[in-house]
Amino acid sequence: MARYFTDEHEWIDLEGDLATVGITDYAQGQLGDIVFVELPEVGTVIEKGKDAAVVESVKAASDVYAPISGEVMEANSALEDDPALVNTSPEEDGWFFKMTVADKAELDGLMDAAAYKSFCDSL
Amino acid sequence: MSDNQDFVEPETGTLPLDAWHRAQGARMVPFAGYWMPIQYEGIVSEHEWTRTNAGLFDVSHMGQLILSGPGLDEAVEAVLPIDLSTLKLGQQRYSLLLDEEGGVLDDLMVSRWPDSLYLVVNGATKWDDIGTLREALPDDITLNHLDEQALLALQGPKAADALARHATGEYPLSALTFMKFGRFTLAGHEVTIARAGYTGEDGFEISLPASAAEEAATLLCGEPEVKPIGLGARDSLRLEAGLPLYGHDLSPDTSPIEAGLVFGINKRRRTDGGYPGAERINREIVEGTARKWVGLKLDGRLPAREGAEVFAGSAKVGTVTSGGFSPTLGQPIAMAYVVSAHADEGTALEIEVRNKRLAAVVAATPFVPHRYYRGSK
Repeated sequence: MARYFTDEHEWIDLEGDLATVGITDYAQGQLGDIVFVELPEVGTVIEKGKDAAVVESVKAASDVYAPISGEVMEANSALEDDPALVNTSPEEDGWFFKMTVADKAELDGLMDAAAYKSFCDSL
Repeated sequence: MSDNQDFVEPETGTLPLDAWHRAQGARMVPFAGYWMPIQYEGIVSEHEWTRTNAGLFDVSHMGQLILSGPGLDEAVEAVLPIDLSTLKLGQQRYSLLLDEEGGVLDDLMVSRWPDSLYLVVNGATKWDDIGTLREALPDDITLNHLDEQALLALQGPKAADALARHATGEYPLSALTFMKFGRFTLAGHEVTIARAGYTGEDGFEISLPASAAEEAATLLCGEPEVKPIGLGARDSLRLEAGLPLYGHDLSPDTSPIEAGLVFGINKRRRTDGGYPGAERINREIVEGTARKWVGLKLDGRLPAREGAEVFAGSAKVGTVTSGGFSPTLGQPIAMAYVVSAHADEGTALEIEVRNKRLAAVVAATPFVPHRYYRGSK
């Protein structure tokens, strides 16, 4: 399994042809207490860089962009009952959705864990 | 090329407690022209801490003004819809700065000090307020901007216990009831303490020299009941308390009567008038308004934010002015101006958020009951 990061603070786990997407620990820390997550419906075809989900914290709504292009295969229904999972387990149980990878070349431009860490340190 | 001067983004200022907030781990954001702490631990935990203990808020961005001079009361009554004949020494009162059409330029607190009036105005509007007041008041009324004073708000059910350990004066702190103020000594400094705030909780606003602010903040946060609280929780607390925020719920496009602030127009002034916008305001008091500011409770967990449109069936009947998630109630709440025919408590409405209609019901405010200290019965 390979994990990638975007400069918009999403993470992607690639397992075979399926990618699991969530937001990073850094991102949840910036957003604060999350009270609602709006996830894309299964079957939605999303395009890299376009709105894919919305995270509502106590204070504000924030868009989550699609880190790569593909089709949504599953949304994390656990977030409907417990959106705070994004705060407590952002990079594991608080995943957002699983999607196909339309173009593996899109992964080339993403960061690995070390590069993402130095990116966050620079912010 | 335009004839206008290029707009230059003003530099974000720092307040007396800037370094102190950062040392406490605050996340700082620009607000009202200053770097301000948005949160320390997290909005929900800070919110809950304030509702059960005591939170220390830095509100030094607000404007503290002193008006003095001959004929002060008459001069101020020509500008504000306040009845100063009933404002005694040691009392504070809510008032409004209005334009000629009765639109709200700011909401503010007025206290009677010996031979002067002390005003606390919003941070984002203070420079405009100073301009408006200077222009409207006669030349022999002096306006002093106390820009060397800091302002701290200690709010919550345990605020009185914590502050009483440190504030000494001619009488005990417990003698102050809601909307009263007095002079005290805190950490060796002369301070003015008003029993007021904007969270719905019992609490105090402490005006003190900027040079004493760090010492006082450290002293108060050394008490077991007190933690520093950021602007994020200040906003969610005031929303639960059903209190309007200037620039969101109040603006020159809103009248205080639409906003349910008729108490800000003191009784004598409702008939006498003699302040900017009096004609419209007094007419609205008698005839009512076409729209009203109401509280809304929403089903589910998705909050409706400022700007969201409110519907009754297919008809747009209003706009949300403040909205968020209520940590105390565990559901989204909002405030909105809606057409008066749809403003009765219990009216079912819908709010549109990202093309979805959320069910909402007009609800009584405050959403969470106020707990102001009005004296022991």
